[in-house]
Amino acid sequence: MLAKRIIPCLDVKDGRTVKGVNFVDLRDAGDPVELAWQYSEQGADELVFLDITATHEKRKTTIDLVKAVARQVNIPFTIGGGINEMADAEVLLNAGADKISINSAAVRNPDLINQLASAFGTQFVVVAVDTRLIEGKNYVHLRGGRDKTEIETEHWIKEAENRGAGEILLTSMDHDGTKNGFDNSLLKKINDQIRIPLIASGGAGNQQHFADVFQHSNVDAALAASVFHYGEIRIPELKETLRKQGITVR
Amino acid sequence: MVGIVNYGAGNIFSLTAALQRIGVEYGMINQVSDFDRYDRIIIPGVGHAGAAMQKLRETGLVKDILRLKKPVLGICVGMQLLTAYSEEGNADLLNVFPLKTLHFDQRVQLKVPHMGWNSVRAENECPLFQDVPDNTYFYFVHSYFIEYSGQYTGAVCEYGLPYSAAIQKDNFYGVQFHPEKSGKYGEQLLLNFSRI
Repeated sequence: MLAKRIIPCLDVKDGRTVKGVNFVDLRDAGDPVELAWQYSEQGADELVFLDITATHEKRKTTIDLVKAVARQVNIPFTIGGGINEMADAEVLLNAGADKISINSAAVRNPDLINQLASAFGTQFVVVAVDTRLIEGKNYVHLRGGRDKTEIETEHWIKEAENRGAGEILLTSMDHDGTKNGFDNSLLKKINDQIRIPLIASGGAGNQQHFADVFQHSNVDAALAASVFHYGEIRIPELKETLRKQGITVR
Repeated sequence: MVGIVNYGAGNIFSLTAALQRIGVEYGMINQVSDFDRYDRIIIPGVGHAGAAMQKLRETGLVKDILRLKKPVLGICVGMQLLTAYSEEGNADLLNVFPLKTLHFDQRVQLKVPHMGWNSVRAENECPLFQDVPDNTYFYFVHSYFIEYSGQYTGAVCEYGLPYSAAIQKDNFYGVQFHPEKSGKYGEQLLLNFSRI
């Protein structure tokens, strides 16, 4: 049976990991390649790198990072952040990235999804969506949840699917950072409406939250950052917890 | 030494990286004379099967691939090219295997593409799976699948229906999943192929 995926997300800036990490056996906690390798050894199913490098000049460090990860890590990985046009994506593909994730650029220019999908295949295109609940409705937000748009989240996700997104990464900004669990009801509602994989993000605080999101919403994957980086949740133990509750994991 | 058929269907960085990690030497096959330099051949491939077949024809290598007696491994779309026909682009393919490549869309109720880690079970003593336990998970990304065959299936996977995760016939092999992205057992499979 197809396994539910557990995905650690790493923020990188200028080729280095940004958020603190707390792995006992890590020589260099700022080295994304070593961290990625550790996660793959622990049983992570996939990795997401979110590049928050601010300047265009420093983008080369990102390309070098992608190459280094592709050389050394034997599980799939996605890179997001700073992808605004076809050329940005093509460079990452050639450097060995399995998928790219696009967020604001897709909202500003939805045709980019079609173009990327037809040039590189739908499997290469993850559309990341940041959502926030306002007066009973979920709206797409940009710039890490700071800028509200008038686009309803459900409509946007359907549109992204129709345009050729291979996967959706949905982050609830209301849940992100709270450690109170994923937004299971929204995730279920979205998951029931689409026929491409959905990755849940935002709110993971403990192992049971992962069990809950898979059981309640049946999403394909769950992503988290700090709970993994600080060692609050260890992937082998998390998978054991999920397995005991009848959830298929690798 | 492994020769990789270089016909422009998808990126091969991850494949060459995996071969490097397991210490298997490799090179590229761009023209017919290159076949002599290698004792086994990999046909990679990502994307649209019909388009990939067109690109492979344009290289002029098809006739020589069909004549190969060395071990040949098709990966993902590279495997599908070894079948007779694909519903993707309604394309006639190499016909090494008298099997069809079909779309999941109308045949299963599940999400398409089939994306992620799924377990496979080796059949017909497929040598690719030596030292790989039954029900090991491999990483898949595909919307089209090769039908199950009692004779040619080398490993079976279930996604709404049982289908061929691996196929074998004489010196020809294929895997639908991506061994280069499938952790240590993916690397084991590539190593097994390098020793067939």
